[in-house]
Amino acid sequence: MAKIFEKPKMLTDKPTHYCPGCTHGQAHILTARAIDKLNVKKIIGVAPVGCAVFAYEYFNCDMQEAAHGRAPAVATGIKRVIPDAIVFAYQGDGDLASIGMAEIVHAAARGENITVIFVNNAIYGMTGGQMAPTTMIGQKATTCQSGRSVALNGYPIHVSEMLSQLQGPCYIERVSCHDVKHIRQAQKAVDKAFQNQVEGRGFSMIEILATCPTNWGMNPIESNKYVEEVMCSVYPLGVYKDTTKEEA
Amino acid sequence: MAKLIFNKMLCKSCGLCVSVCPKQIISISKSEINSKGYFVSELIDTEKCIGCAFCAMMCPDSVIEVEK
Repeated sequence: MAKIFEKPKMLTDKPTHYCPGCTHGQAHILTARAIDKLNVKKIIGVAPVGCAVFAYEYFNCDMQEAAHGRAPAVATGIKRVIPDAIVFAYQGDGDLASIGMAEIVHAAARGENITVIFVNNAIYGMTGGQMAPTTMIGQKATTCQSGRSVALNGYPIHVSEMLSQLQGPCYIERVSCHDVKHIRQAQKAVDKAFQNQVEGRGFSMIEILATCPTNWGMNPIESNKYVEEVMCSVYPLGVYKDTTKEEA
Repeated sequence: MAKLIFNKMLCKSCGLCVSVCPKQIISISKSEINSKGYFVSELIDTEKCIGCAFCAMMCPDSVIEVEK
């Protein structure tokens, strides 16, 4: 008997601190599997502030913790000093779309040769379920208890759509992990984002729609259904920018 | 026949593996608890497992390894 499925080598054996059913674990696995396939020795990750703040304990490579939202800026610095390293930034939506909005937009506009994994669960997970810039209209959070209203809170930010308008990025795709089919598609997207960096094509970002069962007040299976039915219609999946096709 | 290896220490009882199994042969144990206090998931009918690895792929904590 041969092993046909096992834990990626790029993840450590440490049990994660994430809540049961949280998509962060899945996003870690996707990233780690993509790195495993590259067969590159020098890999440096940049961990965010948020639920994934301990990502440096879980990835089996060199990691750097960045100040809140500044992961793309730190990744830029690392990539420019060590150009032969594969550098990735791993960020949540409170980190990337709120406090770190300037950093991600400018890193994308400069077309830095880094890979960004953006985990969008439409809420601030670690601090207790407050409204995030990506919280959907009508979605409940502790700071909008009757649901987000347009009059009071404005509209959610669609990061992938916004960044795809810039000239700098090479590859931007939004994926989901709510079932096996979408996990396979997500894996292909993350693989491509890392491959782009190896080939020196420039900035790649993968937005992963994620669940937050604890703060959404649902069980993990209901949360996945919510992603499929509600979140995928507000945040449509697909490739938003791909300059690799134009070159070919 | 496929063999599933559960790393029960990592299981958080989220039930995602149970929800994706096409043969519905995985369940959350009613008696076995791991050191973190979660009821662990387990295979209830080894013979029926087809080794599709859906459960392993869905698990966010890499609890399940598949041999075939």
